[in-house]
Amino acid sequence: MEPINLTEKTDWQFIDQVKKESLQDPALCYQCGNCTAGCPYTKYFDYPVSQVMRLFQTGQKETILNSRSIWLCATCETCTTRCPCEIDIAHIMDVLRIIARRENYVSEKDVKTFYDSFLSSMKHHGRVFEVGILMGYNFKSGHLLADADLGPKILGKGKIHFLPTRIKGRDKVAEIFRKFQEMRKNRV
Amino acid sequence: MSEKEYIYFPGCSLEASAIEYDMSVRKVLAALGVKLIEPDDWSCCGSTPAHSVDHVFAAAVAARNLAIVEKMGASTVITACPACLSAFKKAHLRMKKEEGFKKEVNAILDEPYNCGVTAKSVLQILVEDIGPKPVAEKVTLDFPDLKVAPYYGCIINRPPEIMEFDDPENPMAMDNLMTSVGVKVCDFAFKVECCGAAFGVAKRKMVNELSSKVLSMALDAGANCLVVTCQLCHQNLDLRQGQINNTMGSSFNIPVLFFTQVMGLTYGYSPQELGIDKHNIQAEGLLKTRRPVEERIKEEQEKAKAKKPKAKKAEEEES
Repeated sequence: MEPINLTEKTDWQFIDQVKKESLQDPALCYQCGNCTAGCPYTKYFDYPVSQVMRLFQTGQKETILNSRSIWLCATCETCTTRCPCEIDIAHIMDVLRIIARRENYVSEKDVKTFYDSFLSSMKHHGRVFEVGILMGYNFKSGHLLADADLGPKILGKGKIHFLPTRIKGRDKVAEIFRKFQEMRKNRV
Repeated sequence: MSEKEYIYFPGCSLEASAIEYDMSVRKVLAALGVKLIEPDDWSCCGSTPAHSVDHVFAAAVAARNLAIVEKMGASTVITACPACLSAFKKAHLRMKKEEGFKKEVNAILDEPYNCGVTAKSVLQILVEDIGPKPVAEKVTLDFPDLKVAPYYGCIINRPPEIMEFDDPENPMAMDNLMTSVGVKVCDFAFKVECCGAAFGVAKRKMVNELSSKVLSMALDAGANCLVVTCQLCHQNLDLRQGQINNTMGSSFNIPVLFFTQVMGLTYGYSPQELGIDKHNIQAEGLLKTRRPVEERIKEEQEKAKAKKPKAKKAEEEES
C-alpha cells in the first residue's frame, strides 16, 4: 500500500457517513488483525479486512470504494463473530458495498451483475427463478457458458423449472422496489 | 394426530434446485408428529443480493413474509434455509431495536410488520422443541459404515447475537442430532469455514478453491460423507464437486447429504423418498450398508457377552 498523506487526504465526511449508516465506531478498532486472520477471503482481497478498517478510520474513500474486497466479502460473519472490540465488521463491509453501488464504484462487475440478475428475477416473479437468474447473468456478463457444465448434472431430476413460479403478490413485491427507489430519492 | 404445528417457510431454492432438502424436511418432521403450514403467497427473503442494495430494502423484502406469518396469528416461523433465516432475524431484530428503522421499513411495505415473529431453523426446533429422545425413538435402521463430517457453514450460527442458537465456533447441534440417530460423527475442524457462499456463478474458481478445503478436511478427519444444513453449501460441495476436481486437479468423490436426509434414512425412508437420487455425487455404496437397528443391538450384546469372560479371566490372573 502506498503511503498516505493524512493531513491532505482524510475524508471526514466519508467517515461520518459510514459511521451513521453502519452505527459502528471505527475508532474502537486497534488493528489486532483477528478479522483478517479468520477471513476466508483474505487471499482474494486487494486489501485484507483489517486494512479496510484502517482505510475507514483514515477516511480513504476512493481507495475503499474502488477496492475489490468490498465486493468479494461473502458476509460469512467470521470477522464480526471474532472481533474483540465487538465491531460489526461484516456490517461495515455491507455498508461500504451499498455506498459503492449507490455511487457507481463497481470493482467486481460480475458479482454485481449476478446480484442484479437475482433482484430482477425477484422483482418480476416475487420469488427467484434460478434458471432465469443464470441466463440473465450469462447474457449481461458476457460469460455465456458460465455453469453450462452443471446443466446435464441436474437435468431430469426435477430440480430445474423452465418457467418461474409467479406469486399472486408479485406486484406487491415490485411495489417494495418502487417505493424504495422513491424513498431513496427523498433521502438525497 | 399431530403434536406440534409450525409455520414453515421453504424459500425459493427449496422449491427448485434444493427440492430434496424440502422433501426430507417434510418427511422427517411428519415422522416426528410435526405438522407444517406454508404461509400463503410468500415471497423471496432477498438473501445476499438485497443487502448489497440497502438495509431498509433488505429488511422490507424479508419482513413482508414475517408480516404474513404475523397475520396468521403465529409467533414463530421455521425455515431450513440459513439465508432466509438470517434475513428474517436481521430484519426482525433491527426493526425491534430501532423505531426509526422500523418506520422506514414499514413505509415501503404493503402490510406493516409489528415485530411479533421469531424465526428459527428446522435444526433449532429439532434440538430445542422435539429433543434427542423422540428423535432417537423413530430410528429403525442402522448405518454401520457411515461416518459423517457435520458441516454447518457460515451463517446458521453467526453472528451469535443475531442467530441466537448453538456455538458460533464449535456448533454441536447437528453433531448431537447425528449421534441421536446412531450415526458416527468425526471430529471436524472445518465445521464453520466458508464454502464460497453465493459467489459460485460469478467467482467460480474462488468457490471451488474454498470448497475443496472443506472436502479435503472432511476426508482427513476420516469421514466418508458430509452432512450439511445449507443448500448453498450443498450446491458448492456436491453439484460443483466435478468443477472442484477440474480446478484443483483433485479426485473427490464424497457424498454430501442434508442432515434431514440422514435422519430420514435411519427412519427407514428410501433414498428416493428423500431425494438422495437427485444429488450429483451418488451415495449408493454407503446406502447399501443400512441394516435393521436390531442387528446392531444384537451384535453389541454379543460383543458384551464375549468381553465378560475375558474380563473375569484377567481379574483372576491379576489376583
